[in-house]
Amino acid sequence: MLITINGRGMEVALDPRTSLLDLLREHLELHGTKKGCDQGACGACTVLADGERILSCMALAVQYEGRSISTVEGLARDGTLHPLQQAFIDHDGFQCGYCTPGQICSAIGMAAEIARGVPSAVTPDLAAITILPTRDELRERMSGNLCRCGAHNGIIDAITEICTTEAAA
Amino acid sequence: MTTIRDAAQKIMQTAIGLAPERWLPGGTPDPLIGRHGAIGSSVPRVDGPRKVKGEAPFAAEVPARNMTYAALVYSTIARGHIATLETDAAQAAPGVVLVMTYRNAPRMAPPAVFMSDPRAAGASSLPVMQDDAIHWNGEPIAVILAETQEQADHAATLVRVTYTEEAASTSFEYAAAHAHRPDNVLGEPAVIEIGNAEAALAEAAHKIDRTYHTPRYSHAAIEPHAATVWWEADGQLIVHDATQMLNGTRWTLAGIFGLKEEQIRILSPFVGGGFGGKALWNHQILAIAASRLSGRPVRVALSREGVFRVSGGRTTTRQRVALGARADGTLSALIHTGIAAMTAYNNCPEQFSFPARHLYAAGSFKLEQKVADIDMVANTFMRAPGESVGTFALESAIDELADDMGLDPIELRRRIEPAKDPTSDHPFSSRHLLDAYARGAERFGWSARSPTPRARREGEWLIGMGVATATYPYYRMPGGTARITLTRAGHACVAMASHEMGMGTATVQVQATADRLGLPLTHVTFAYGDTALPPGTIAGGSSQTASIAAAVTAAGEKLVSALLKLVGNASPLAGLKAGDIVARDGGLGHRALADRFESYVSILSRANRDQVSAEAEAPMPLEVQKYAMHSYGAQFCEVRVNAVTGETRVSRFLGAFDTGRIVNPRTAASQFRGGIIMGLGLALTEETLFDERTGRIMNASLAEYHVPVHLDVPEIDVIWTDTPDPRAPLGAHGIGEIGITGVGAAVANAVYNATGRRIRDLPITLDKLLGST
Amino acid sequence: MTPFSYARAGDTTAATHLGVAAGAKYLGGGTNLVDLMRETIERPDTLVDVTGLSRTIEERGDGSLMIGAAVRNTAVAEHRAVRERYPVLARAILAGASGQIRNMATVGGNILQRTRCLYFYDDAARCNKRTPGAGCDAIDGFNRAHAILGASPTCVATHPSDMCVALAALGAVVHLENATGARTMPLVDLHRLPAGRPEVETLLEPGELITAIELPQLPCAVRSTYRKVRDRASYSFALVSVAAVLDRSDDGMVRDVRLALGGVAHKPWRAFTAEAALRGRPTNEACFRAAAEAELADAAPLRDNGFKIELTRRTIVAVLNELAGEAA
Repeated sequence: MLITINGRGMEVALDPRTSLLDLLREHLELHGTKKGCDQGACGACTVLADGERILSCMALAVQYEGRSISTVEGLARDGTLHPLQQAFIDHDGFQCGYCTPGQICSAIGMAAEIARGVPSAVTPDLAAITILPTRDELRERMSGNLCRCGAHNGIIDAITEICTTEAAA
Repeated sequence: MTTIRDAAQKIMQTAIGLAPERWLPGGTPDPLIGRHGAIGSSVPRVDGPRKVKGEAPFAAEVPARNMTYAALVYSTIARGHIATLETDAAQAAPGVVLVMTYRNAPRMAPPAVFMSDPRAAGASSLPVMQDDAIHWNGEPIAVILAETQEQADHAATLVRVTYTEEAASTSFEYAAAHAHRPDNVLGEPAVIEIGNAEAALAEAAHKIDRTYHTPRYSHAAIEPHAATVWWEADGQLIVHDATQMLNGTRWTLAGIFGLKEEQIRILSPFVGGGFGGKALWNHQILAIAASRLSGRPVRVALSREGVFRVSGGRTTTRQRVALGARADGTLSALIHTGIAAMTAYNNCPEQFSFPARHLYAAGSFKLEQKVADIDMVANTFMRAPGESVGTFALESAIDELADDMGLDPIELRRRIEPAKDPTSDHPFSSRHLLDAYARGAERFGWSARSPTPRARREGEWLIGMGVATATYPYYRMPGGTARITLTRAGHACVAMASHEMGMGTATVQVQATADRLGLPLTHVTFAYGDTALPPGTIAGGSSQTASIAAAVTAAGEKLVSALLKLVGNASPLAGLKAGDIVARDGGLGHRALADRFESYVSILSRANRDQVSAEAEAPMPLEVQKYAMHSYGAQFCEVRVNAVTGETRVSRFLGAFDTGRIVNPRTAASQFRGGIIMGLGLALTEETLFDERTGRIMNASLAEYHVPVHLDVPEIDVIWTDTPDPRAPLGAHGIGEIGITGVGAAVANAVYNATGRRIRDLPITLDKLLGST
Repeated sequence: MTPFSYARAGDTTAATHLGVAAGAKYLGGGTNLVDLMRETIERPDTLVDVTGLSRTIEERGDGSLMIGAAVRNTAVAEHRAVRERYPVLARAILAGASGQIRNMATVGGNILQRTRCLYFYDDAARCNKRTPGAGCDAIDGFNRAHAILGASPTCVATHPSDMCVALAALGAVVHLENATGARTMPLVDLHRLPAGRPEVETLLEPGELITAIELPQLPCAVRSTYRKVRDRASYSFALVSVAAVLDRSDDGMVRDVRLALGGVAHKPWRAFTAEAALRGRPTNEACFRAAAEAELADAAPLRDNGFKIELTRRTIVAVLNELAGEAA
């Protein structure tokens, strides 16, 4: 089947059991996307499918035929870090680094959801057209990405910087 | 283990004459402790770019030609024997390369269990897959190797096994009734009695006598345990592991497989969270054995369930804290006793009584730990083992006493502040706990707290504040060796087989070495994570920073001597002795005379050398024999408890720490916060559910084992005294663990202040509060 | 995971023809089924991917809303008509799982997700749901999250969906289709109580596919909400949840009310008894409490979950108070 990974079309032959995560890690040697639980409970495997954040561990790769997948490896451009990657460094938004690619991909997908006006469980007014990226909004929306080192404050700081910069731009 | 204590004492006696006096009484403190250079600055992590790009390689990501993938089958009973074991279907399944059980596993010696020897790293002394005996529910009974992970996982489900069950010890209450005193608790006595504490308690004007329970906890590092292993043609064993004890693992594996240490190389450059859990468990041993049988590389990446089945966590405890106080608020009696569940095959009695040995002055003490034998996966060290749950009990009781006496809990702690270590009589090397309290109280706004519970409410939310002491010992591990290689270009590379699990190991050691050698940060690198390098010490006991720094200091001194031997008569350094020399400005110079200086580049060029190397072992950690060396902190917490549902949310948190010199404020803040957040999980949400009917862990999943999520974590303020400890290298203490200590009590005390309800049984889930709100 | 074949259905007819085969299962976002397959609790021979079907939300002339079964949870929650006219549904969906999972999960899959009972998930445990007649280890085990209403001696599991609780309150209708025809069924009837056969969780016929969910016109649902009580602030299953719609007349009486409970039973629990007790009564706390108590009259605690009875009572009262306050 044909699938696009980080802008490159790839032809892969797969066992239908193979998850999108294992396709990336074991077949394409793209190890940036992490396996933390393989049960949809930690968010370490988050990738973007046509711009939407999903859990690649719960995704059978065959279901994503013809789709465009972006992983952490596709974020930097011409050797320059994505602004969010740089913000994670600046705010020390990680320690061991294992949940980090998932946090970053999730945050990119999440920022698009906010920009689109998708509400969250803590959005006070469901009818609101514009969602403000408050810390609680970001915390709720990032709660599907576990971090065990306890870098939560730095992660939210980094995302806040990006969301407010983008909102201002 | 008496072995280790005897061995350690013997080493101490022989080494005492040789040790540099730097860390000992009368010694000159590390010259770097007061210097502001690279040390003390918020340097970004040197491995940051690799981590944010997903380029940092972890153990399950190492490629190998002809790889096989392992899946494990786990027992479903806690104790007994395998009666029948059918593996034909698994063997015949597509892609299967090997089915290994006790019937065909190679003969392997049992692992040397941690503490049985200074080099031992085994989590348990149980033999691994050597016979049909079952010792815990979840013990691996078969290993499948297949061409793909999917094939291995499927074949594992085809193994059929029946058991002959035997009565297992799985009830804590039952085992506690037969609890026994271990030989020692991490080399310390299991019992300390000073005076007659029970009698003093009976006579005390004010007394508190309470029982506290803490559950099992899991490290729940986001990276599951994994290893990629193979045997080279020459018999060399290569293990890409996720470990926080490289050299110990190598030594222990050598014993298991009958190899020389030099025949084994272990690499572990990045560990996706450890917290004490990334040790030598069954999975690496089984992967190595299966690789030997199959002749192919093996990747064993435990499933999340597998992590819970194969690797143990923090054990459960039942603790009694009894405090007797005089009318003036000083203590006449301090009793802290209790029982921790443990297996008969390991040495982790969860040293919950340690804080009470060093924190407060009292007229009498009774401190005792027992263990209850349980058939379960070996429990192990988890972030501040002992101190985390011990401070929950002790600091809750202190709060109860203060409340009982009508004293502010910080004021009570002022009245029981000791002048010297209360049980060892040693002087403190550095103790500024009350300073931490004062700074923390000021910044947190402690004075706004009402001493009366339920005094503050906003809508459905009852709001309360609590405080507790954090404490963790200073450790420096013996045996580490550093090598510094200085090149003609003026670059230094420090090499030592140490570990990076998120602490910022390389970053802070680059900082320390830069200042030690007078080099800019850009001219220093740190090589680690590989047993091919000089031996490191474990990443445990918050000891790595000091342990590495001591070795680098020793190697640095040797390097200076080596360089001085190279300088000729034409050098501005000619004739100078090592004692006159300081490293500065990219070279060496006289400590007083500015013109007596030569750069490293010049020294090496003049001597026509490409590089100079020096290697030295750190001196024995004798400082801890002479001083009571500990870290401290004051944990301030504000909670909101929902009066309708009993839900507790932490709204504010501040940790004020006294941990010596802070080497890197950026990574230090992250370490403190990380500990505090794990403490919030300990206090509120986490519990490994051990079904006492079967001895089986029932929530072996991150969906049902509840680590805090982003929305559970408020902004956490951390501050520090930054007062150097003159007895420690760099003046610094390790800080990986202290953050979690005291958090359980700070939260519980805040919950009491909010609701009037004392919860003495962690975690503080809403059902425990529902009745009172 | 047991080997299986995979087929992507181009339309509903093709799907139901494939789906009628023994051992076939429909695959939505996979967020529950793939997990259960990995645990080998589910072992389908064929997966029929239906995520390409019925992906629209249609606002119909009669005021109802027709939501295709393959619409993603996020798409439902962000749809303006849902947010404005059925806020309880948007709130319930947003209270569930995580952003990533809501982006993957379909409406149909959400409805058919299976219990999170710890003993159901562990094949070392006895479970009547997994192996009929095997026994139930949850009844005397860890059952803090388990049912207080409608349980049986064979099964005390709960249905984990948040979305379904809102759908139950809103009187949603499930549109079904198989190779022999189409039919509709109220969502509250779709899921079964365990009784003697906990392995049968719904009234779906073999091969029957959920094609859409219909939300009937319910103008008073503009005043509706969902409250979920759980062990952490986000990303965990409900201990108890309450979906409520309250229509208050100008004189402060309950003109209409819809109430459903999550986390308390084997199915999304529509609180008909409480609703009956509330209609025509004043919107005050005493009436709310009496209604909650009437609903919970038959609630039965297990070893660990007795707190849920009081928690449910309180949460019902708090939610109704909130809606009454908004209306005032």
